[in-house]
Amino acid sequence: MATEAPTMRRTPLYKRHAELGAKMVPFAGYEMPIQYEGIVAEHRAVRGRAGLFDLSHMGEFFFKGRGAGATLDRLVSSDIAGLAVGQARYGLLTNERGTIVDDVIVYRISESEYMVVVNAANIAKDRAHVLARLGEDVALDDRSFGTALVAIQGPRAVDILGSKTDADVRSLPSFGVTQGRVAGTRATLARTGYTGEDGFEVFVANADAAKVWDALLDAGREAGIKPIGLGARDTLRLEARFSLYGNDIDETTDPIEAGLGWTCKLDKEFTGRDVIAAKKAAGPRRKLAGLVIQGGVARHGHEVAHDGEVVGQVTSGTYGPTVEKNIALAYVPTPLSKIGTALAVRIRGKDVPATVVKTPFFRRPE
Amino acid sequence: MSAVPDDLQYSKEHEWVRADGDVATIGITHFAQEQLGDVVFVELPEKGATVRQFSSLGVVESVKAASDIYAPISGEVVERNVKVIEKPELVNSAPYGDGWMIKVRLADKGELTQLLSPTDYRSHIGETAGAGGD
Repeated sequence: MATEAPTMRRTPLYKRHAELGAKMVPFAGYEMPIQYEGIVAEHRAVRGRAGLFDLSHMGEFFFKGRGAGATLDRLVSSDIAGLAVGQARYGLLTNERGTIVDDVIVYRISESEYMVVVNAANIAKDRAHVLARLGEDVALDDRSFGTALVAIQGPRAVDILGSKTDADVRSLPSFGVTQGRVAGTRATLARTGYTGEDGFEVFVANADAAKVWDALLDAGREAGIKPIGLGARDTLRLEARFSLYGNDIDETTDPIEAGLGWTCKLDKEFTGRDVIAAKKAAGPRRKLAGLVIQGGVARHGHEVAHDGEVVGQVTSGTYGPTVEKNIALAYVPTPLSKIGTALAVRIRGKDVPATVVKTPFFRRPE
Repeated sequence: MSAVPDDLQYSKEHEWVRADGDVATIGITHFAQEQLGDVVFVELPEKGATVRQFSSLGVVESVKAASDIYAPISGEVVERNVKVIEKPELVNSAPYGDGWMIKVRLADKGELTQLLSPTDYRSHIGETAGAGGD
């Protein structure tokens, strides 16, 4: 079992980030690049061309054995029993109170092997949560600290990755997962991401990360690929309305109010199912709503007001470089979550007008 | 553009001042905009408002975070830069030019002596004299 290092961890691509002039920040116990050239330029590169991300801080749990599928089906809110080999699915780790322990993607690698990708900040917590609920004929292998993750996202990602792998990435469906070689090195490739764009996530051993990173940056040069930091990762995911664990969802929020009811297969058994089903039947008291703010940038923790009264809180907020608006997510009472509702966000003591809008804020044109 | 123009005075909080008779133009430095990253919102006082030396006069927001702008000198606001409110990215592209913030009528010219010279500001941001600039 891995032990926590007393100092900040570095990913195997740390040297690359330094060479590329990245600004590094502490994040989930790692020194991670927040930006290279600038958040807006990086954001636009991903929407228009391609971007390369080092996400090696993310956790990878492998579940092996004949009972792996059954265990995961009980641990995760979505339909894992129905997952075929080569398919992946988004879902939630939930607890007995029906709140959210983490949001994860489950990849079925083979008949009896699954990979679950968890948030970096939750690795230790998730491991304990999972180990306490492990079923028969299944073993957990936490390879978080030995596995690197390089994501390539954007409309040109498929061509760039396609030129460097023997895997048939062009015909890999969305949320498909396969094995292959990337730049000559063994990799797990999945058509998943966190940007609202087409793209892939490439999992390799730490020792091979730099080789894959270099090959993809090089292959993408003509297409205009850029390395992308956590800053643009956040603006991209928020435009696409993907939840950020620790901001929009946590153990005080439930899937229904978070707008993640679609990830809960309520006609199967999973941890917290009954509570979540009851919540759904009763209707949530509050909902995570999308806001556009007219002047000023809303940030996590800002209060939301209605008729001068505080009614909720912003969980995520930024300037969206593609939608060119100040956007936010906030929990507000259900009657005030209707599209078009006029609210206000308290920014530096002033009530700045905001409107509830449809999400995602950005949807990739088909 | 030099990173620290020789014809300006500076505050430790990374604002610059260009005094011209009774009126001074105020903005934030190249170093400041670089630290902030992409500026997406600027909040400035109205014309006629009073600003006090080393007190907050407004806010710049980058994608990442909000930061106060401190008045390097006291005075009455005679003009605010409407262009920078409409196009906040001017703070990044032209911090000493079109990205200026406000013009004030100086309340006390003596305050200017409390500001840093270009040489002092360079050493304040850890830049050796003559180096930098782009």
